Amino acid sequence: MSLDQSDVERIAYLARLAIDEQDIPQYTENLSSILQLVDEMQAIDTTGVEPLAHPLDGEQRLRVDEVSEMNQREQLQSVAPATEEGLFLVPKVIE
Amino acid sequence: MEWETVIGLEIHVQLSTQTKIFSGASTAFGAEPNTQACAVDLALPGTLPVFNENAQRMAIMFGLAINAEIGKRAVFERKNYFYPDLPKGYQTTQLEKPVVGEGYVDITTDDGSRRVRIHHAHLEEDAGKSLHEDFHGMSGIDLNRAGTPLIEIVSEPDMRTSKEASEYARKVHAIVTTLGICDGNMAEGSMRCDCNVSIRPKGQEEYGTRTELKNINSFRFIERAIDTEVARQIDLIEDGGTVVQETRLYDPDRNETRSMRSKEDANDYRYFPCPDLLPVVVDDEYVEAIRATLPELPDARRERFISEYSLSEYDAGVLSAYRPQADYYEAVVAASKDAKLAANWVMGELAKNLNANDTDIKESPVNAEQLGGLLQRIKDNTISGNIAKKVFEHMWSEGGTADEIIEAKGLKQVTDTGAIEKVIDEVIANSTSQVEQYKAAEPDKRGKMIGFFMGQVMKATGGKANPGAVTGLLKKKLDALCD
Repeated sequence: MSLDQSDVERIAYLARLAIDEQDIPQYTENLSSILQLVDEMQAIDTTGVEPLAHPLDGEQRLRVDEVSEMNQREQLQSVAPATEEGLFLVPKVIE
Repeated sequence: MEWETVIGLEIHVQLSTQTKIFSGASTAFGAEPNTQACAVDLALPGTLPVFNENAQRMAIMFGLAINAEIGKRAVFERKNYFYPDLPKGYQTTQLEKPVVGEGYVDITTDDGSRRVRIHHAHLEEDAGKSLHEDFHGMSGIDLNRAGTPLIEIVSEPDMRTSKEASEYARKVHAIVTTLGICDGNMAEGSMRCDCNVSIRPKGQEEYGTRTELKNINSFRFIERAIDTEVARQIDLIEDGGTVVQETRLYDPDRNETRSMRSKEDANDYRYFPCPDLLPVVVDDEYVEAIRATLPELPDARRERFISEYSLSEYDAGVLSAYRPQADYYEAVVAASKDAKLAANWVMGELAKNLNANDTDIKESPVNAEQLGGLLQRIKDNTISGNIAKKVFEHMWSEGGTADEIIEAKGLKQVTDTGAIEKVIDEVIANSTSQVEQYKAAEPDKRGKMIGFFMGQVMKATGGKANPGAVTGLLKKKLDALCD
């Protein structure tokens, strides 16, 4: 499977990545070659093999439901560009 | 043309854990903005999620309550989208391997019973809140809710009327509150509902194009939103148009739905398994230990109320739907030893006062022992039902036991026939014209005319005379005059 320029533009848009017009051919080629590798792997017979959800062969450790994080708003907001009345301020987002 | 409505619901239920699904920050409602949003919830670099065991336990409780297969190896995935109330740029959720598989609930409407199949229920995290009031042209973000555990319950498109949809939502509400896994407070957003609605010509197999009505937070609005949307779709199609698959918002003030997002910029969420979280593996022993903790569920309790207390199906349904109310009712039965009287009072006088004061039964100023004590005094004829209402009012506003109030206010019913006879004789002596009318009336009309004398006697005794004794004595004395 290979991508064309519009696929790359769409992927960049979905990931909110700003890319230079002139770099698109290069990205198209690189991403296509990754997909070709996937195509090669698809050819392998995986009948009877359980799908892998995670490369580590382990299971999730669970946490006890007890509050362990206290209010650190002042410290956490000290690195935010804009705050007011305890809120983080962001460019207006209403649709 | 005759149309059939097809409805499926996605219900988001906030789990009542102490902490977030992936962090140890508190989930308490109503805190100052961002005081319960820790580094994990803010998605600061280098933080990692650790899964809350209680969220897993609660989700499994729900699965067992709807007779579902429990996912023995659940996998978290990332659902990618960009919105400032979602700091990570993705929502951690489940897709291919949810914690709860196929199940069902049964609902009852006036048209009979219906089984609504549940496709699956999955665990995920809630987003924060965006405040769009004017902060110098910017939006304010509160991330206290970010990371609160949710289960999303996805039904099959098995409902055919708005009433069935709201009944289904009520049933889910009854189950999650009975299990104690959600506080059920819809006004605070603890349970939110998306309705997928489409129409098709009656008899057609194939589904029509559906629209999704987002974030409806009351049972009444579920019905109104669906009815409004169905009317819109029928008008549209009958005028030669077509329904567009889109997300719509229901506006309760204007009773209309309007488009939020259309298909052109339909989101591609690019799901993939979350590399930060390993599969969640549960064994049979763990699931069975949870099953052993399940409380009596609403359907079972309703059946028991019918068989044990001889309640009507309706009364049993109302009383069993909300666990604190069902518990309260059973405590009143225990204290009063009268299941029917207890049902009447819990659904009548008590419910009326709770509604009028917008009070949950858990915060009722009159507790079950007090109400049970009051009902005992009705049963043993110490007071009449009418006087009992006055005692109840006093109990509600001032507190106290029924006996204390009856004693302090001198409300004890007069059952002494000698005393009652004396009052009756006075009433008859002072009502000559009514007595004449009574005598002149046909015998079969006289029964109704006793009402006047009854009222006079009750007035004279301040309502304390035993109504049964008064009626009997009045009839005897008046009929004696007719001979």
